[in-house]
Amino acid sequence: MNKSLEAKNRCKKYRKKILEMSQSVSALHIGGSFSSVEIVDCIYNRLKKELDKFVLSKGHAGILQYVILNDLGIIKDEDLKNYQQKNGFLGVHPDYGSPGIMASTGSLGHGLAMIAGMALACKNKKKYFYVLLSDGELQEGSVWEAALTISSLGLNNIIAIIDNNNLQTASWTTDTHPTLYPIDKKFKSFGWDVAKCDGHNSNDIYNRIKKRSSKKPFALIAETIKGYPISFMKNEPKWHYRAPNKAEYLKAIKEINNL
Amino acid sequence: MRNIFAEELYKHAIKNKKIYILVSDISPAGNMIKFQKKYPHRFLNIGVSEQTMIGMCAGLSMEGMRPFAYTISTFALYRPFEMVRNDLCYQNLPVTIVGMGAGTIYSTLGVTHLTQEDISIARSIPNMSIIAPCDLSELKEAINFCCTKSKSPVYLRIGKTGEKDFTKNCNNNWKFGKIRKISSGTDVCFLAFGPIVRKTFDLKDNLRVQNISSEIYSCHTLKPFDYNSLKKIFKKFKLIVVIEDHSKIGGLSSIVKSNAYETRYNGKIISYSLKDEFIHCYGSQDDLLEKHNINNKKIYKEIIKKIK
Repeated sequence: MNKSLEAKNRCKKYRKKILEMSQSVSALHIGGSFSSVEIVDCIYNRLKKELDKFVLSKGHAGILQYVILNDLGIIKDEDLKNYQQKNGFLGVHPDYGSPGIMASTGSLGHGLAMIAGMALACKNKKKYFYVLLSDGELQEGSVWEAALTISSLGLNNIIAIIDNNNLQTASWTTDTHPTLYPIDKKFKSFGWDVAKCDGHNSNDIYNRIKKRSSKKPFALIAETIKGYPISFMKNEPKWHYRAPNKAEYLKAIKEINNL
Repeated sequence: MRNIFAEELYKHAIKNKKIYILVSDISPAGNMIKFQKKYPHRFLNIGVSEQTMIGMCAGLSMEGMRPFAYTISTFALYRPFEMVRNDLCYQNLPVTIVGMGAGTIYSTLGVTHLTQEDISIARSIPNMSIIAPCDLSELKEAINFCCTKSKSPVYLRIGKTGEKDFTKNCNNNWKFGKIRKISSGTDVCFLAFGPIVRKTFDLKDNLRVQNISSEIYSCHTLKPFDYNSLKKIFKKFKLIVVIEDHSKIGGLSSIVKSNAYETRYNGKIISYSLKDEFIHCYGSQDDLLEKHNINNKKIYKEIIKKIK
């Protein structure tokens, strides 16, 4: 089986698992998790070496990270079952110290500076630091503080991926901050190497990162669709923070099976 | 204090390659220049980016380093507050935030450069410890603790320049988490922390003339607080005087008074703290403190009145 098909099958499995978990919780960030599936899958299953680190700066997609860490045998089945439950330790947002979780996130705009500290400690050690940010997160000034510092310090062991789904909690990011775009040029002017990719195409994500020059920190603008690939979730702001009911759940599972 | 801080940290940094110092656009005083020149990869001026300074310290610590974040106290604690809370305290990382020129020390610069409520704020964050050395000897001990022993975040609240050394020949060793008797007496007990301790020594001299004997404690660790020693002080003294360069809300006077209530202390406590007001005046630090009724003449009169 080729890498692309393997990734596609894993991503189908992850989305189905998230949908399954959605039936026992009152709310979850399904839209923003679904837009990041191929990206986080690619980091964990294709790119990341043992000593490399990954921080989910858009911590609201924590469920996606848990599902993948469970698939890798790092989070136990029973712990995943207790997601958001009183006997469990996995909440909506990742908590440092939980298996496989490298930083506590949930408040946006924290991941990039923490990754910068880690990368500074390991400069010239062939250890790479991946961080996933949302495009809404780029409205936080702390992101640009860190972006400026990272390039000024020449931390070329950082790979930041922007989940560019164009939506934030309640509205289109393109409406609230139209001047945020084009994102790639902003990072470029801050001294980063930049590329754009189809954020739902595993090979495209992988190749763009593998082919980077490694002279500068690297930002990959991954163009995604919030809620992808579910027809009634795609680009619908309400799916930022909502769990599907039974009928919606069954419809979504059917759509994934038919992919 | 800032020169001694630089000197001591440099000494530790020579021995311990895990020590990093991230500063936020502050002129490197004294040995800080030596540190910067000798270990440029471990001395970084992050610029006017306090949020990044704290976040990076968290990341460095997660990779096993022992980082210090250093700038004027208001910019070290308030500006990047959520990074202090989430990145350092929630994740419980041994990072030291050095708040320089704390309290009303920058007396001519206005409220934007003063920290009159920093202890109150830092105390309320779980996992955070607070150390406020009264002089250069205590500062050295505090730095040694932060370089070699601390296991969680520390807010190290320091002065700036010109502090006297009160405790160089003190028989009681400095110990993290302990109140420290720095001068013995029998009638009045002074509790203070940080450079303002100098006022208690002046008061002690003045009260001696009236045959009133004073004991002085440096409450250098504000959190965790040494309630066991406070209990012994409550037992020994009927008059306790708290002096602090900090708001009356959440600082040393709050700690002592709430514990006095809980332990049913039946003596008198008089406290001199900053009012719950912003300070719209300038001048020397003593000028500012006087506006808040922290004035040795007033304190002296009040003590005489209470004792008689």
